[in-house]
Amino acid sequence: MKRVGFIVNPIAGMGGSVGLKGTDGVYQKAVALGAKPRSSHRSMEAISVLSDLKEDIEIITCSHEMGEDEAKYFGFSTIVVWHNDSMCSSEDTIAAAKTMMQEDVDFILFAGGDGTARDIYNAVGMKVPVIGIPAGVKIHSPVYAKNPTKAGELARLYLTGNIKRLQEVEVLDIDENAYRAGHVNTKLYGYLKIPYERNYVQNRKAPTPFSETASQVSAALDVMDNMQEDVLYVVGPGTTTRAVMEQLGLPYTLLGVDIILNKQMVALDVAEKQLLGLIKGKKCKLIVTPIGGQGYLLGRGNQQISPAVIKQIGKENIIVITTKHKISELRGNPFLVDTGDSEADEMLKGYIKAIVGYKEQIIYPIRT
Amino acid sequence: MKKINRDSRVRKNFHQAKWDEPIIFELSQKGERGILVPKAEEDVVGVVGDGVSGIPDHLKRKEHPNLPEISQPRVLRHYMRLSQETLGADVNIEIGQGTCTVKYSPKINEMLAKLTDITELHPLQDESTVQGILEIMYKTGVFMNEISGMDRFSFQSGGGSQAVMAMASVMRAYHADKGESRTRDEVITTIYSHPSDAAAPAVMGYRIIYIHPDEDGYPDFEAFKAAVSERTAGFIVANPEDTGVYNPRVKEFTDLIHSHGGLCGYDQANANGLFGVTRAREAGFDMCFFNLHKSFSTPHGCGGPAVGAMGVTKELEKYLPAPLIDYDGDKYYLNYDICRDPFNIGKVRMFYGVAPVVLKAYAWIMALGAEGLYEVAKVAVLNNNYLFRKLMEVDCIDAPYIKGKQRVEQVRYTLQKLAEDTGITTGDVQRRMMDFGMHYWTSHHPYYIPEPMTLEPTEAPSKEDLDEYIETLKYIIKEAYESPEIIKTAPHRSVCHQVDERTLDEPDEWAISWRSYLKKAKDKG
Repeated sequence: MKRVGFIVNPIAGMGGSVGLKGTDGVYQKAVALGAKPRSSHRSMEAISVLSDLKEDIEIITCSHEMGEDEAKYFGFSTIVVWHNDSMCSSEDTIAAAKTMMQEDVDFILFAGGDGTARDIYNAVGMKVPVIGIPAGVKIHSPVYAKNPTKAGELARLYLTGNIKRLQEVEVLDIDENAYRAGHVNTKLYGYLKIPYERNYVQNRKAPTPFSETASQVSAALDVMDNMQEDVLYVVGPGTTTRAVMEQLGLPYTLLGVDIILNKQMVALDVAEKQLLGLIKGKKCKLIVTPIGGQGYLLGRGNQQISPAVIKQIGKENIIVITTKHKISELRGNPFLVDTGDSEADEMLKGYIKAIVGYKEQIIYPIRT
Repeated sequence: MKKINRDSRVRKNFHQAKWDEPIIFELSQKGERGILVPKAEEDVVGVVGDGVSGIPDHLKRKEHPNLPEISQPRVLRHYMRLSQETLGADVNIEIGQGTCTVKYSPKINEMLAKLTDITELHPLQDESTVQGILEIMYKTGVFMNEISGMDRFSFQSGGGSQAVMAMASVMRAYHADKGESRTRDEVITTIYSHPSDAAAPAVMGYRIIYIHPDEDGYPDFEAFKAAVSERTAGFIVANPEDTGVYNPRVKEFTDLIHSHGGLCGYDQANANGLFGVTRAREAGFDMCFFNLHKSFSTPHGCGGPAVGAMGVTKELEKYLPAPLIDYDGDKYYLNYDICRDPFNIGKVRMFYGVAPVVLKAYAWIMALGAEGLYEVAKVAVLNNNYLFRKLMEVDCIDAPYIKGKQRVEQVRYTLQKLAEDTGITTGDVQRRMMDFGMHYWTSHHPYYIPEPMTLEPTEAPSKEDLDEYIETLKYIIKEAYESPEIIKTAPHRSVCHQVDERTLDEPDEWAISWRSYLKKAKDKG
């Protein structure tokens, strides 16, 4: 019998209904403005799709409207492992997900928004696959299915063995305070594993002969084959840059910055200060990838690569690696940089050749 | 006579012939024969031998080929049934296969191509016995020179992609001739040009640099300037691109390439709206190719007989695939002189090009004349812009770029709003259109334009045809909002069926032939 973790963030989406662009930190205000809960209803839409698997799955969940009520409504065998009698917080989601990991769940289905996905990432990482039921105000993370029914169908396909492929997808969130002030400030927090089926997740990828993984490998091989001797390569975060490390057979940090020389590891997960020390006076190149759907090259999720580092390396030594699919997802919008240093941003503006496959590049604009 | 009352042009009662026809190997019956090949007469054997003993042992197969054993009438019925299960050019209104320029091909041209004078020709016949077809090929080359402004054409390429390959080969030969082939290793193209404009030079080892469009859909000239360098071997581009947007600054692009020592090749697959309007020469191109099987009367048949007619300027003639066809004032002949040039690219295909395809193009041009060709372009553009205007009135259809301006011969639309409103994707619409006997095409991959739909009406359809296509699309869009499930589960009246796409993008899971699939499966254990 499969053990399915089920978490509902009951306040997700409430801020959006009263124009608050998110619920983080403004729950009371949202309630005062008349916001009504919506995630319970959406999570029920999703879990109803699993009704005929009642004999085959066990729901490991949280008390009341954090999952128990919704699961019991459809008659699932339910074990409550996290109790919460007050308002649900980010800490509750994290603690509940951690407890479920201790209970050896095979898979977690959760309802919320980008903030919830971030909490799940903090608790679970990539240890078990998850699927997000979109219920929040902000849905930037591709961890969410296109709608609650699709989330249920995707979970069903995975639990019945009809999907075996897993894909690592970005956990993105925007700074809600900045967003309320009119600035979209997206950050990459990490990666979650989802069962992958093209028609069910956000930013549906059209069927192409190359999967995203195969495209990443193709671009990575181009980078690898053109590496120069005695040049330090600073490898930024991301699954696309990770493909370079994998092709080289080297260890890597998915969210960190790693350094290699002559195709050998020099340092893993370096901070800005260490990075500046390592590259000082050396020939070096920087390998970075844009955040999917957002296009941020520098200044979001890779702050170790500071303006000082960028200036020292120089724009001509920046290697952008991405895929055609990621370019198409930008819908014509440029790559973005926001390093916090206007001089560095100005230096980076213009055009850059981005590697999109083996011996394939696209000339793409960079804006601030 | 009682007239059938139709409430709309939509063919709601269309139904394609559909059954589960076995493959011919399944029809095989041991011992059943189609043709008994008679033994060669003894006097023939005495002269040429038995036809087998001369073959070296290592080339002889050890087992009989696994061919189906089946009688002639059963073969005939099998293929007749299959032919009825196709949605061919003579059955549906060919508007929906954008970029393919599928147009009505006059049947008289087909009749000409079926004359035994053509079908019984052999490419190894003595020149003196094939003066007629050589004359036709020579004169078609002259017509092509006039249409494009180029100086010499070769019909050897068996399709557009092969012609792109030949253009890239000429680029390499040209730079090798100048001693620069090692340093010039990049070819520039645009993301809305045909993928073969990138794929063919990539196969030859060139690094491909793509140019993204600017906000209006024109290739971004600033990006182009950033791309061109002393490493540039050439630029291969379609204009208009598959969006139907014509780049009016194309001469600035070709000039910039030339100023850096590169060559420019023009993919004229989208030439149907340009006959008599613009030419490759004046746009600054050194080479171009036309698809005779698209723009010039031959049906575009599933990768069937085709010619990528490739033309070059005088300077590049010596690199063309040999032989060329020439006329010495008395007779037409195959000219192999260019083979002597050490940088000649050699053959790209056997012989001289698919003769019946060239013949049909010749007949088509002769019937139309210069004014007729210009009329083709005008009507194709008119048809396209009528369709464009009508479809843009539909709320959930849009077309990115150059808002308010006309397109040339095709448009790449987007159904993104429909997908967001209803969950019905362009792929769903594609399958549902088959239920009404219509082709519909989305786009090359990846989908730079979301939920794309590419339509190219050509000069062939009447206003009635265009209106039927428009009404059918509108009908399906209405269904999408009212009863989407019927679209999701389509097609219902077509021989085609839904394909499980789940592993289509995973190279480990698919193969281009059964044999290679078995090999992959074996390698994976």
